[in-house]
Amino acid sequence: MALSGMRGLSVFISDVRNCQNKEQERLRVDKELGNIRTRFKNEKGLSPYEKKKYVWKMLYIYMLGYDVDFGHTEAVSLISAPKYPEKQVGYIVTSCLLNESHDFLRMVINTVRNDIVGRNETFQCLALTMVGNIGGKEFSESLAPDVQKLLISSSCRPLVRKKAALCLLRLYRKNSDVVNVDGWSDRMSQLLDERDLGVLTSVMSLFVALVSSNIEAYWNCLPKCVKILERLARNQDVPQEYTYYGIPSPWLQVKTMRALQYFPTIEDPNTRRALFEVLQRILMGTDVVKNVNKNNAAHAVLFEALALVMHLDAEKEMMSQCVALLGKFIAVREPNIRYLGLENMTRMLLVSDVQDIIKRHQAQIITSLKDPDISIRRRALDLLYGMCDVTNAKDIVEELLQYLNTADFAMREELALKAAILAEKFAPDLSWYVDVILQLIDKAGDFVSDDIWYRVVQFVTNNEDLQPYAAAKAREYLEKPALHETMVKVSAYLLGEYSHLLARRPGCSPKEIFAIINEKLPTVATSTVAILLSTYAKILMHNLPPDPELQEQIWSIFRKYESYIDVEIQQRAVEYFSLSRKGAALVDVLAEMPKFPERQSALLKKAEDAEVDTAEQSAIKIRSQQQTSNALVVTDQRPANGSMPVSQLGLVRMPSQNMEAGTQGQASSREQGMTDENGSINKVVPQDTPSADLLGDLLGPLAIEGPPVPTVPVEQKDKNLLSALEATSEEAGPLALATVDDQPNSVQPIVNIAERLNALCLKDSGVLYEDPHIQIGIKAEWRAHHGRLVLFLGNKNTSPLVSVRALILPPTHLKMELSMVPETIPPRAQVQCPLEVVNIRASRDLAVLDFSYKFVTAVVNVKLRLPVVLNKFFQPILVSAEEFFPQWKSLSGPPLKLQEVLRGVKPLSLPEMANLFTSLHLAVTPGIDANPNNLVACTTFYSESTRAMLCLIRVETDPSDRTQLRITIASGDPTLTFELKECIKEHLVSIPMQTAPPPAVSPVQPQSPVTPAAYNDPGAMLAGLL
Amino acid sequence: MIHFVILISRQGKVRLTKWYSPYQQKERSTVIRELSGLILTRGPKLCNFVEWKGYKVVYRRYASLYFCMCIDPDDNELEVLEIIHHFVEILDRYFGSVCELDLIFNFHKAYYILDEILIAGELQESSKKAVARVIAAQKTSTNLAKDSLVENAKEETGSISNMISQAI
Repeated sequence: MALSGMRGLSVFISDVRNCQNKEQERLRVDKELGNIRTRFKNEKGLSPYEKKKYVWKMLYIYMLGYDVDFGHTEAVSLISAPKYPEKQVGYIVTSCLLNESHDFLRMVINTVRNDIVGRNETFQCLALTMVGNIGGKEFSESLAPDVQKLLISSSCRPLVRKKAALCLLRLYRKNSDVVNVDGWSDRMSQLLDERDLGVLTSVMSLFVALVSSNIEAYWNCLPKCVKILERLARNQDVPQEYTYYGIPSPWLQVKTMRALQYFPTIEDPNTRRALFEVLQRILMGTDVVKNVNKNNAAHAVLFEALALVMHLDAEKEMMSQCVALLGKFIAVREPNIRYLGLENMTRMLLVSDVQDIIKRHQAQIITSLKDPDISIRRRALDLLYGMCDVTNAKDIVEELLQYLNTADFAMREELALKAAILAEKFAPDLSWYVDVILQLIDKAGDFVSDDIWYRVVQFVTNNEDLQPYAAAKAREYLEKPALHETMVKVSAYLLGEYSHLLARRPGCSPKEIFAIINEKLPTVATSTVAILLSTYAKILMHNLPPDPELQEQIWSIFRKYESYIDVEIQQRAVEYFSLSRKGAALVDVLAEMPKFPERQSALLKKAEDAEVDTAEQSAIKIRSQQQTSNALVVTDQRPANGSMPVSQLGLVRMPSQNMEAGTQGQASSREQGMTDENGSINKVVPQDTPSADLLGDLLGPLAIEGPPVPTVPVEQKDKNLLSALEATSEEAGPLALATVDDQPNSVQPIVNIAERLNALCLKDSGVLYEDPHIQIGIKAEWRAHHGRLVLFLGNKNTSPLVSVRALILPPTHLKMELSMVPETIPPRAQVQCPLEVVNIRASRDLAVLDFSYKFVTAVVNVKLRLPVVLNKFFQPILVSAEEFFPQWKSLSGPPLKLQEVLRGVKPLSLPEMANLFTSLHLAVTPGIDANPNNLVACTTFYSESTRAMLCLIRVETDPSDRTQLRITIASGDPTLTFELKECIKEHLVSIPMQTAPPPAVSPVQPQSPVTPAAYNDPGAMLAGLL
Repeated sequence: MIHFVILISRQGKVRLTKWYSPYQQKERSTVIRELSGLILTRGPKLCNFVEWKGYKVVYRRYASLYFCMCIDPDDNELEVLEIIHHFVEILDRYFGSVCELDLIFNFHKAYYILDEILIAGELQESSKKAVARVIAAQKTSTNLAKDSLVENAKEETGSISNMISQAI
């Protein structure tokens, strides 16, 4: 081969290998680099062979970790060489050294194009390979049509075509517009008939990418995929060279099954039956064999089949087979299979009602938590986290705590967060929850984020019965010798608030409490000092009648800190000192913290956000978004309240506690059972829940739901200005949601409905609504003026949702028909309700789904706008300049052509705007408008009255001021023109609804002499965070 | 998709890198450093997958050389593990009992072969014969004379042992 026999290169490699140390290596490499530089400079005397040799040397040096930027031009220039050996080196080295964003690549686009369209097959291969590996957006725009031609050409050999398929895949990933959906669905279907398995493998990879972003266009390919799978599974007509350890191309099998996972269902009974036969064969026929490679390949296929079965929600029987298999896998010795068993069991939790069966394997999974392999431990942790519920929370959380002692540092933070979340979600009683969190802080303080201890403080503050217990625990911890700083903070805070409840216990006099806390003062950081000072002030307040000695001690500390370097501390010291001399006023100012309004846990929210962030478009992820996941965090299932002995409720005075009574009412029957065992009768007063109209919620900013009512405790309700101020500032903290009294519905959505709706206007599947009990997902397909939506109603609870009712209120321009919605949704089940839509004419009015259900005694009613919006009935169409201009001219002036100058536009760059248009199904058509600051787009609108109607859009932007632009819209229907203009306007002009920031930190605070700086006051921080 | 392929020796020396997702030069060095720390320290009898920054790295050790491929977290791990083996088998056929030294001295051929197996981070050809045919076609101009330097180096280090037989 042309590459071999370069003696100079071998000598150099040999020299480098013989270097005794890094320094010698550097010297040898530097010498060589110097040599290469001079040779490149006097290029004239360089033979092609030498040039090639030096470029290879450079790649080798680059692999050793040295910088060879100077030689990039040389490598790139070889691409243009006329002879194969040089060209090859140029292509290979360039694709190793550069990445897609490199400017040099631009220089060779033309050469690459010539190689692709040229007749020389070997050149074609080289060019396709490089573009497939490092081609960027520019390559995408200029080369895609040529690459497509090669892929579908009948005269090209498989060798070229398979490269073209993957090259096109790369170009498609860089710019999805290069594959025009309309023409491609048929073409793809033909390509899937390919007999050459090499080409078919590459084509299948391309297909997976195409179908992942547009299922509708490729329904016709579904039966073909099943055929391919049948052919492989039966080993029919598979050449020997395409079997791998006796298995007919495992890779193609896996890819085909991956593609099938993007289709929501398989309706055709014959196809479905054929597929299930294949799957059944794979599930039953895969045995563990001795040969590692055969075993891996067979299990690669098996795990993909499992994923497909899970996706199709196959008959119960098949699902239970899967669970059985996974149960077997997580117990085997072979680490790969065990790892994948754990991983897939976690996925299974997301899609199916198998929790009870999986629970049987709990002991086995816990064993894996102690495996020597961190990869397996991580999987086990994830699975335990996902399968945890009230029945096993105690066991699992205790295992996690134990594991915390020995866990790798890399895992501790995640472990601590997960343990904290589980403890909060599933605590059988609140004191256990406090124990867990304190243990967490004690064992892994460095890994416990502030959110975690804020949350425990909130719980203790809101539950009076818990306060003496928590204070006593905090007192115990303070006796330990080396205490984590977070523990000092939380203990000091709790003791400041509640140590007076312990006063009669030995060792808990104010003086003793003070002494034990004060021991920590010299060693703690500033933020902790602030908390300690507040604690001292509170101790002082509870110290009645005052003990002069203690008073003097504390005062002397305040005085000492009056000149402390940190202003916040100074101010506290000064204020506490003077306040504490005012006697009775102190009691008012420093009274116990009022209860916190019920809010979603910051921790749970964090966990949810993380899930959403990582959610991309992939089969499994789409699934997990739609499905009610019990691995996902659910806010209401805080049986902490649910199973709390009822008698405790009697003590509760706070309005915010109604919420807890409410949640208790909604607690699952299992939890009620537990309460009954405790011997107390479950006397939950059902909240008469008026059917709330959440429409206001939909339309208005979520953050401001009515004025925050200061829930000042009774003993605090006096005219004292200071106290009132403090209370208000606590309550009106950032994000303070209304207290429960203001809310007509006890069940609140846990997603931002407006945001969800907005997102669904631009994409076709996702969650529309979610509250603690139900999740409503949507998946939609559009064809011309018809649409088919499927509503996925998922019950998140372990008890059924009853009296389910869904009513569609269609606007006049839509015909909508919702199929039967069952009255009851069984526990943890999901029902799918198809909704057929016909678009009669253009309008931006939205249909509303009036949805209600009953959970235990609470009736929940929501009205949700549906994302059946104008742009769903568009189909992007590319129009050439020759077609565009006559149309544009013929539609002259209003009402068919409308123009408007928009101001206050969201500043978008042109590519961003183009993306927005693409997601609105408007095809941005470059090359029509000569001005680069303008954007022209075309689309076809479908409705019953207009049939297919072409719409033309032109946007003129002002590069110096991105907040204004002019749009011109033209179509053959005046209503359509107007509605389209308004629709685009809505998306371009920022609507305050979405961007409304949470009210800034309460303006009251700066005036408050008591809470001078909110950021250091734990109360204010809590109010802000929770 | 496969985001990158790295071949790295037990001593942490890079023998081949191929990036299918755009990584800047600096990121590339960081990735290699981090992964060496993560993978070379793993003991035997552990699984072949390592979770790393939201991705998964599928790796397999052959004698003194680690073959690593980075994939998305929901890609099929075993499939990729066998792509690695497929690659090694083709190298083995080409070099005739491949060992690390072959790949050091003929790294350019390894790149060429890899290009026939993967494009855009996806498997291009699963038939060893088909790949061999393409490489043979390019090879006609010269014959693969065993380089005396390579042979000497092999003898010196005593590492003539075949990689594939030492798959771990």
